[in-house]
Amino acid sequence: MSITYLEAIREAQAHALRDDPRVFIYGQDIGAFGGAFKATKNLAKEFPGRVLDSPISEDAMVGLAVGAAIEGMRPIVEMQFADFSTVGFNQVVNQAATLFWRTNVSCPITVRLPFGGTSGSGPFHSQCIEAIYAHYPGIIVLTPATVEDAYSMLLAAVATNDPVIFCEHKFLYYHLKAEKLPSEALPIGKARIAREGRDLTIVTYSAMVHEALAAATELATEGWEIEVVDLRSVKPLDTDTVIASVARTGRLLCVGEAWPWGGVTAEVIARVSAESYGLLDAPPQRLNAKDTPVPYHPNLWAAHRPTARSVAAAARKLLRF
Amino acid sequence: MLQTVTERESIGTTQLAAYRFMLRARLLDEKFAALYRAGKIHGGVFLGRGQEALSAAIGVHLNKSDVFAPLIRDAAGRLAFGETILDAVRTYMGSALGPMRGRDGNVHRGKPQEGYLAMISHLGAMISVVNGVLFARRMKGISSIVGVACLGEGATSTGSFHEALNQAAVEKLPLVLVVANNQYAYSTPNDRQFACDDLVHKAAGYGVGAHSVVGNDLVACLKVVGTAVARARAGQGPQLVVANLLRLCGHGEHDDAGYIVPELKNSPLGRDCLKLAEDFLLKEKITDAAQLAVWRSEAIREIEDAVAQVQREPAPDPFAENWTALSTENLAEGRE
Repeated sequence: MSITYLEAIREAQAHALRDDPRVFIYGQDIGAFGGAFKATKNLAKEFPGRVLDSPISEDAMVGLAVGAAIEGMRPIVEMQFADFSTVGFNQVVNQAATLFWRTNVSCPITVRLPFGGTSGSGPFHSQCIEAIYAHYPGIIVLTPATVEDAYSMLLAAVATNDPVIFCEHKFLYYHLKAEKLPSEALPIGKARIAREGRDLTIVTYSAMVHEALAAATELATEGWEIEVVDLRSVKPLDTDTVIASVARTGRLLCVGEAWPWGGVTAEVIARVSAESYGLLDAPPQRLNAKDTPVPYHPNLWAAHRPTARSVAAAARKLLRF
Repeated sequence: MLQTVTERESIGTTQLAAYRFMLRARLLDEKFAALYRAGKIHGGVFLGRGQEALSAAIGVHLNKSDVFAPLIRDAAGRLAFGETILDAVRTYMGSALGPMRGRDGNVHRGKPQEGYLAMISHLGAMISVVNGVLFARRMKGISSIVGVACLGEGATSTGSFHEALNQAAVEKLPLVLVVANNQYAYSTPNDRQFACDDLVHKAAGYGVGAHSVVGNDLVACLKVVGTAVARARAGQGPQLVVANLLRLCGHGEHDDAGYIVPELKNSPLGRDCLKLAEDFLLKEKITDAAQLAVWRSEAIREIEDAVAQVQREPAPDPFAENWTALSTENLAEGRE
């Protein structure tokens, strides 16, 4: 038996619905239809009245979730694509994210963002917008890279008393498989060493973890031992684990599928440079997508985002420094 | 229709109650304006002058168990819903003991855990939050409640307004959306804001109840808002109330409102709802001038006492402040 990343997300929601009567799911096409990606398949039937189709109204979807959270519920909002969450952005960053700080009433909502590029998806069904959410205070931003984390971190998100942006990568939905669901997990806010090494640290998250691991395998054939840190959570960011890794390797490459200006990779480099300058044997580098909208054609798309090949090339350059 | 003596007395009692909230709100607003001019208030001051009849009419029709999302000109409705003058003063003056603890100010105040939502500045954004509270309560099996969201005509141009009113209609929530059409959104006149003949026509497009009222007429406001609230409470779905009135002040106290044209000021809409209510109560002999004077001086004393008390209260202390926006403190970043 094996379970996919997408099935893990469905199972986590079923688990949350079963365990906690305060949980409900609200989003477009998620009821009888089971969602655009089938992340809520059969849940409406299994949990009548708690898995509900919303109108195409991202702003009102999040607003409703905030109101329900004030009333003690634990709503999960499914955005059909992360890209569309910008329509509900105001309710996330100004309503949900400020509620606790302003009023002392916590806001336990989980907003699921199916995000990231897949072949042929184009400019409006591919975006990586975790950093713009992480920029705002009052929000937790999670980016699971494994089936196990997709499951356990979604459960943790629903159990958290604060707004969580849950970035689930569409590229991993069907391809990534595990033997079984985990019974224990690292807490939110802890990064994971996905591969140990001593020559260079690659810090990354979500689908790019797998590109980095593939690059590390390739570089191993050339004699390099690459350490890969999977951030898991981009906010809070586990700076300690990152710096501990850089202390072992002396070289840092940050890889992100998001656009290059600012963002998670820039944040990691800023922190490492400021807090552990002396540990670095070479200038820290980063590799991101190109600074254009995400292209449609597979040839263009493959060149737009970092891949195992471009990660390996960037690592070689840094290793030669 | 003829009314029985009991009905007349009951209506008279409601009118008097609403009038007293209007009066207290007007005097409270005037105190805030005075404090602003004296440099005692940080940031802006936003008055409800000219809109108290509508606002009070909303507040007196709500129960403690209802939901209320007032906007910037709803001091009267807030008091009627149960806010204390002390909490209003504490918020405007930034007292650490107020409900917002100096973290937010002026009209951005509330107690969400009591169904009294604290507005954010983005217009139309509170409507779907009211929907959410109503939605959750329905899931919990709570009925016979209503939620009121207040806005101005300017907010009807937002996407949030559209999304939330449609959402309430789809879910058949007991939402009452009260639009105070005060002719200007900040300085923008209605002919640059919308092109329909009457905003209340929007109700048909959403499939919700429609109610129009002259917003400076307390008796009319009580009747129309009361009907809308009763229908929502009885399960007849969302209700849209559009009140036509004129803001008798600037957008805030920083604004001299020079853009309000004299024709409007001199029209029936320009008449002061507080004065109209007093004239009505005296003419109908529901109360007398001596009683009005007593209420006025009582309200002034209450407000002055509150201001004096708050001026002695501690300001928020940046060194004692818990600088985290998360309730899950161990997940907060950057604390030192």
